[in-house]
Amino acid sequence: MSHCEGCNGCSVDEKVVEITKKYINVDGGIIAALHEVQDEYGYIPESVQKYLSKELDVPMSDIYGIITFYSRFSLLPKGKYNIQVCMGTACYVKGSEDVLNKFKDELNVKVGEVTEDGKFSLESIRCIGACGLAPAIVINEEVYGKMSPDKVKEVLSKYN
Amino acid sequence: MQKTSKELRDIRTKTKLVFEKTRIMICCGTGCTSSKSDKILEELQKINKELGANVIVEKTGCFGFCAKGPIIVIEPDQTFYEMVNIEDSEEIIKAVMNGTKVERLMPEEDDKFIQKWHELNFYKKQKRLALRNCGYINPEDIDEYIAVDGYLALEKVLTGLSPDQVINEVIKSGIRGRGGAGFPTGKKWQFTKSAQNDVKYVCCNADEGDPGAFMDRSILEGDPHSVLEAMAIAGFAIGSNQGYIYVRAEYPIAVQRLNIAIKQATEYGLLGANILSTDFDFNIELRLGAGAFVCGEETALMNSIEGKRGEPRPRPPFPAFKGLFGKPTLLNNVETYANICQIILNGGDWYAKVGTESSKGTKVFALGGNINNVGLVEVPMGTTLREIVFDIGGGIPEGKKFKAAQTGGPSGGCIPTEHLDIPIDYESLTSIGSMMGSGGLIVMDDSKCMVNIAKFFLEFTVDESCGKCPTCRIGTKRMLEILTRITEGKGKIEDIERLEKLSKVMKSASLCGLGQTASNPVMSTLRYFRDEYIDHIENKRCAAGQCKTLTKVLIDPEKCKQCGICQKSCPTNAIKGEVRKGPYEIDQSKCIKCGVCITKCPFKAISK
Repeated sequence: MSHCEGCNGCSVDEKVVEITKKYINVDGGIIAALHEVQDEYGYIPESVQKYLSKELDVPMSDIYGIITFYSRFSLLPKGKYNIQVCMGTACYVKGSEDVLNKFKDELNVKVGEVTEDGKFSLESIRCIGACGLAPAIVINEEVYGKMSPDKVKEVLSKYN
Repeated sequence: MQKTSKELRDIRTKTKLVFEKTRIMICCGTGCTSSKSDKILEELQKINKELGANVIVEKTGCFGFCAKGPIIVIEPDQTFYEMVNIEDSEEIIKAVMNGTKVERLMPEEDDKFIQKWHELNFYKKQKRLALRNCGYINPEDIDEYIAVDGYLALEKVLTGLSPDQVINEVIKSGIRGRGGAGFPTGKKWQFTKSAQNDVKYVCCNADEGDPGAFMDRSILEGDPHSVLEAMAIAGFAIGSNQGYIYVRAEYPIAVQRLNIAIKQATEYGLLGANILSTDFDFNIELRLGAGAFVCGEETALMNSIEGKRGEPRPRPPFPAFKGLFGKPTLLNNVETYANICQIILNGGDWYAKVGTESSKGTKVFALGGNINNVGLVEVPMGTTLREIVFDIGGGIPEGKKFKAAQTGGPSGGCIPTEHLDIPIDYESLTSIGSMMGSGGLIVMDDSKCMVNIAKFFLEFTVDESCGKCPTCRIGTKRMLEILTRITEGKGKIEDIERLEKLSKVMKSASLCGLGQTASNPVMSTLRYFRDEYIDHIENKRCAAGQCKTLTKVLIDPEKCKQCGICQKSCPTNAIKGEVRKGPYEIDQSKCIKCGVCITKCPFKAISK
């Protein structure tokens, strides 16, 4: 655990301290640091934002600006299983919108939300490059190709 | 260990001999990996060991024929195996041991097995220059890149050419920016060289944001060294010692292979200080994008590398004079760089022989959507759209008809049937209201509603507009509202004029390319499919049945056999009726028009 100078209000893991050290003298290193934090926690906690702000000398307002600008960064935790439905053009013309709608119905969440039990979160993303398998979805790292609305239940059941 | 020119030559000779042996090459690009080619590679290697077959089994880059993935090619006789399963591994190894082929995995055309992959119809009209090494070498082994004359262009430049001579070759080649705008690459190099400053930067735009496009990703995954080498050459030409590659974080395989390539090139002394014992230093750093389409715009990309929000800057000053960190910066796209080494090795005149008068060389397209042969194709400039869609792409599936092709993604436009024979180059695509773009080519069949497609692209740009300039931020939003109205049957005929007016303002007053071109999908569909807009507005009808508010799913009582299958398949319980007690009916207030019942009905009694 480590605290910012003169403040005991928030503390961050050693991991964050390590990540931050790498980017202290790197021009524009804040985005790379945020990438690593996002990969580590699945989101960027406020305590980490404060720590980064202090250590890398970037105002909190800028950090908030960066996190909200880039879709890869998130202020809130995601579900245990993050479902990403590809809405790239190739998938869209092959019916990915119907697949997305089916997930919304089955999980009873909107895009960008997490189920009440924290198990699933639903996102629509732009092109994962598996256009040969359109429409495609990704759950955590696993890619499911040639999806259709009637395969949604079957896919979800693998995570029960 | 830093290598000398002689040591590189030795590696080249030695590895070329390896290429004469039997090699099982399996595509481990994103497409094939999504269908588990990485697992097949492991299995092949395991069986290779168990059987003591002693053949070379390696991963390679994209062959382009993604529809047939996972793909394996056996070198040097070029046998092509398609849709390989993990269970096929043993048979493949045994066949290699016995000198035979696994015919059931080989493609058949006109009742004949195709013996070599270049003989497939898909490849006949292609010319692979930028993709030359994808599918031939292991991208994670620098020796294999060196064996295909890799780093020879860099050696030629550092030991015998002046910066101006390098730039002259690039100018002579006539190559233009492959990122979409088509600015002459050699001119760009010349401008950046002429800028006076001690520090300059070379950047590579690998932020391929056009949804449905994966040309740059495949090059980075299949041949990362070709981009590194070209960036070093560019660095020498303009007087820069530092390069940055801005690559999408959504491309983990590309990022991983770039990291490996940079490490290997540095170990060999092909990047770093005193390259090939000259006084030229060059380093390359990776910077990851974080999911913002606008960062493909050059000034926004530079802001992002600097650790800021990726908002574009006004131009001038142009990046050639004031770019990254305020220094003169050269920015090219991945595919542009992938052509450079060959231009240096074979000469600009050689490259200029391919293509049309104004557009030289080849262009890689990511062919997707409603087309049989989804994949990556590289064709000489001047090839017609018809050749790409029908000869290479194999036409439209399910017996449907071609309706339009979309090039240039959210900045481009639709090309209708009447322009199928137009030769593809920068000028001709612009003249028909589309654009070359980075290479996304999405084919749409006659079941697609063009108003809905225009709306889809506007949803994208509304989402991705950075918000800095009002014309783009507000303009795209207003356009989307109007399009939504039209697709819901609430449009008025004046709306068409409003769209056209908005488009004019956005084109002339937006800060960057994103806003200036955001209305292209709407304008081009209005140009070629105006009747569809009018049909939506005046008749409240969507002939393609895609706009859900304007569509009704109905059961034909004459054809309904009262089996109840549709009722079981309906996700919203919108279908009323009982088995054998009269025809079923759909409750329109509950129906979400998903179409599942249409596909399930064994008697084709349900339609939109």
